[in-house]
Amino acid sequence: MGEVWLTIGVLAVATATIRASGPVLLGGRDLPAVVRGVIGLIAPALLAALVVVQTLSVPEGGAIDLDARILGVAAAGGALVLGASTLPVVALAAVVTALVRALA
Amino acid sequence: MYLEGGDTEARGQFRSGVRIGLPYAVASLLLAISFGVLAEPVMGPVAPIVMSALLFAGSAQFAATAVLAGGGGAAAAIVAGILLNLRYVPMGIALAPSLRGGPLRRAAIGQTMIDFSWAAASRGGGRFDPAFMMGATTPAYPCWVGGTALGVLAGDLIGDPAALGLDALFPAFFLCLLVEGELRPGVPALVAGLGSLIALVLIPFTPAGVPVIAASAAALVGLWRSD
Repeated sequence: MGEVWLTIGVLAVATATIRASGPVLLGGRDLPAVVRGVIGLIAPALLAALVVVQTLSVPEGGAIDLDARILGVAAAGGALVLGASTLPVVALAAVVTALVRALA
Repeated sequence: MYLEGGDTEARGQFRSGVRIGLPYAVASLLLAISFGVLAEPVMGPVAPIVMSALLFAGSAQFAATAVLAGGGGAAAAIVAGILLNLRYVPMGIALAPSLRGGPLRRAAIGQTMIDFSWAAASRGGGRFDPAFMMGATTPAYPCWVGGTALGVLAGDLIGDPAALGLDALFPAFFLCLLVEGELRPGVPALVAGLGSLIALVLIPFTPAGVPVIAASAAALVGLWRSD
């Protein structure tokens, strides 16, 4: 049980520090234009990577997992292209994934 | 609490954020229930709820718990959790230029960063709306902590999350935010493609968390090109 509380305590401090780092070190000041140019591209880079990792990786990492989630997220992408809004798109992803798993 | 008293525009943005955050909070509740169910045999009833309240970081909590459950020990669990949360460094760097006020206030706003609210508050070209982000995070927090408690105390309310396709909810949310917000033609779309390629190539060879952090390097395209 000591291991559990040690893990929680260290991770709590580390997570709060990590979340504070960018805002404390780089916030509240004007940055050079070239830095702002890079910073403005972090959101598309990270968000695209999150979609890929959460669709294709096994939860513990280290391996690609080709499973029903891919079809669910692909269906969501199709619905988005057709102009559907967030809630139906997200629900469709879960329903398609569940259906494919049930049939497989 | 973080908002200046007379700032009605920020209040309006906060409320808009809360509305956007409600459906995500429902998804968080479901995931938190499954976290509580998984963590209770590993940590007992109290620790998972404390962990959710202090960390508020789903992927890191699942990863650290999986390491502990496998007998990996505290050091390995801590490393796994930190790797998954390190993406908050580039996320915080992106957020920083949009923050006003002293370092303590900025640090406090940084604590309200979760993937969803951070991405939903992005206004393109590196601008973020901090009040909107705090609003979008607000409904998710009680759902995350309360859902963990439900999972610990009430057990398996929702059955197998995978059978219900719940693991597709989060990538689908992020895909919506990407397509509707970030995928503007030109350099941003190019960087999104490069970021996803970096992540894809690294998945088989690196621990969980590393592919997403490494993908933020795609933003360095901005050193040469911007628009």
